[in-house]
Amino acid sequence: MKSGFPAAAREALQDTQLRHNLGVATRTIRERRARAVAELPDWEELREAGAALKRRVLRDLDGYLLEFEAAVESAGGHVHWARDGTEAGQVVTEIVRATGAREVVKVKSLTTDEIELNESLGRGGIDVVETDLAELIVQLAGEEPSHILVPAIHKNRVEIRDLFRRSFGLPELSDDPQELAAAARAHLRAKFLSARVAVSGANFAIAETGTVSVVESEGNGRFCTTLPETLITVVGIEKLIPAPEDLEVFLQLLPRSSTGERMNPYTTLWTGVTPGDGPQDFHVVLLDNGRTDVLADEVGRETLACIRCSACLNVCPVYTRTGGHAYGSVYPGPIGAILTPQLRGVGEAASLPYASSLCGACYEVCPVKIDIPRVLVHLRGRVVQEGAAPPSERAAMRALAWTFAGERRYRSAQKAGRAGSRPFARGGLIHRLPGVGAWTETRDLPRFPRRTFREWWDERRA
Amino acid sequence: MRIALFVTCLTDTLLPDTGIATVRLLERLGHQVTFPREQTCCGQMHLNTGYQAEARKLARRFVRVFGDEEVIVAPSASCVGTVREYYPRLAEGDPALARRVDEVAPRVVELSELLVGRLGLEDVGASFPHRVTYHPTCHSLRALHLGDAPYRLLRAVRGLDLVELGEERECCGFGGTFAVKNADTSAAMLADKVRSILDTRAEVCSAVDNSCLLHIGGALSRLRSGVRTAHLADILASA
Repeated sequence: MKSGFPAAAREALQDTQLRHNLGVATRTIRERRARAVAELPDWEELREAGAALKRRVLRDLDGYLLEFEAAVESAGGHVHWARDGTEAGQVVTEIVRATGAREVVKVKSLTTDEIELNESLGRGGIDVVETDLAELIVQLAGEEPSHILVPAIHKNRVEIRDLFRRSFGLPELSDDPQELAAAARAHLRAKFLSARVAVSGANFAIAETGTVSVVESEGNGRFCTTLPETLITVVGIEKLIPAPEDLEVFLQLLPRSSTGERMNPYTTLWTGVTPGDGPQDFHVVLLDNGRTDVLADEVGRETLACIRCSACLNVCPVYTRTGGHAYGSVYPGPIGAILTPQLRGVGEAASLPYASSLCGACYEVCPVKIDIPRVLVHLRGRVVQEGAAPPSERAAMRALAWTFAGERRYRSAQKAGRAGSRPFARGGLIHRLPGVGAWTETRDLPRFPRRTFREWWDERRA
Repeated sequence: MRIALFVTCLTDTLLPDTGIATVRLLERLGHQVTFPREQTCCGQMHLNTGYQAEARKLARRFVRVFGDEEVIVAPSASCVGTVREYYPRLAEGDPALARRVDEVAPRVVELSELLVGRLGLEDVGASFPHRVTYHPTCHSLRALHLGDAPYRLLRAVRGLDLVELGEERECCGFGGTFAVKNADTSAAMLADKVRSILDTRAEVCSAVDNSCLLHIGGALSRLRSGVRTAHLADILASA
């Protein structure tokens, strides 16, 4: 993250194919979401309910976690606690090793991407097969996901055809979506049938019953959570909800916000182990990895209410132009701009809170009402407080604050600005002004006026 | 009515005609305009860039300078939004400031809020025989929820041909220091906004924030597009 968002964005913005793919894809999802949400007369009440539930969980998270642990254990599952990604990687690797398997199939999971679980398992000699179509595309291409819901949103079908032709040895493959899906299906079916271990994340973990839920479109996740003998589910500690009936709220909020559907095709729920049916060896890894630090920040903590719907990405004027890779994290877009700096420490991702024009479109669509602009501004404050802001900016801001602190100083500065910029004015406009080159590179500035408003006011009164 | 003008530092310094237009308009409507001399800046730029301590000082100054005024009008949705939405948060942990903010902030209104919401006006007697499109700025939409107030004012202007802006709710890409800290992304957003504006074939693009208009106008001028920007106040003052 040292070069930061502006540099990465600059590069991404020059990729015309990316701009086109993203523009088309995000506009489509955005319109679908708007239609799906408009159908519900009580959408605002649902948002309120989702927001309240999530905030309640965060307030009493310790209690809910212990309740969840007890429920999972009593249903025949095992619970492991992981302080960070390294610990989680070790736990999962040991469980897989104990089964003797050399390969695992995986359900699409951002949390496991966050902790680079595939790499950990790879170092332990275990191959990972991503089974979500888009995750598979990203894995085959050796890239990073660029969208929370649609990890391969940066690719169009011609690019995917070329990738599949190479990866699956199918030189005749066309770019017809059905043919592409069939090629992936043939590849994955063999993997599902031979897999002995699966790894998943979770959309929701229910404290009262120990039930875990995955919400998906393709059904590939359900193969993973039902066929193998061993199932390992990695859950960020913020994914808890109090009780089964709370799903009523979230299973309305999530699909409509996420894919713009009334209901997603596959919602899988499982509780511990059922003898003779499904995985007989079930493990939950509860992951912290910075989340308790987020919880400690009174303003920032609402970030943990996120249900990963990605609606904020699709409406964000920054994300829809730069794409996800510029954010340098598996969590891109507005939610990534507030989550990543909090998980990693603001000094490690100091440019991310600034990757927003604060337009507020994200807050408007968030199904759990996270006030993202407010958290962005708060995190900018932390960047400055922790000394991670550029020294030149610091000096300029201090000087301006000093100037604004007194009317006479302010008036003198106005005069100085007018005099100083005069040599650069051409025909009423300034095309280039040293010091604000980042502005005048793409935009003219009007010439400083002959008199300021307050000078006019004084002349008029005189 | 006695109305105090908060002209904003940007309009005062770079685009004073909007301040002059606001004064002339309100006086034409029979109101008495005052200009508290000690005013400077609301602190929005400091606040939004992360300099909360500096912003808090400017907030203190603002409530001191405008503390005695009953109605305070500003020709800027984002500055009004800063006072009404963010001052209470800046004042957390400072009970004295919080009390002053509670008193003063609700009295600060944006120009179209004052005209339509408080004064119940739509036709302010303006004449502006041009083809105009209107860009609803983000703060006017999502912080102040101005709704259709600016449109109602524009539709009542004689000779004005109001044309709808495509994808009007999309941010123009200004965002204060965002425009320089993320200049490339800002320019990409601006390019799309400019395309929407040019598609309307309007002569003038209007808005209620001179900051956004400075940014949009800067690109329209750089492209020699033949389209200019005008603050809502500039149009409403024309007769």
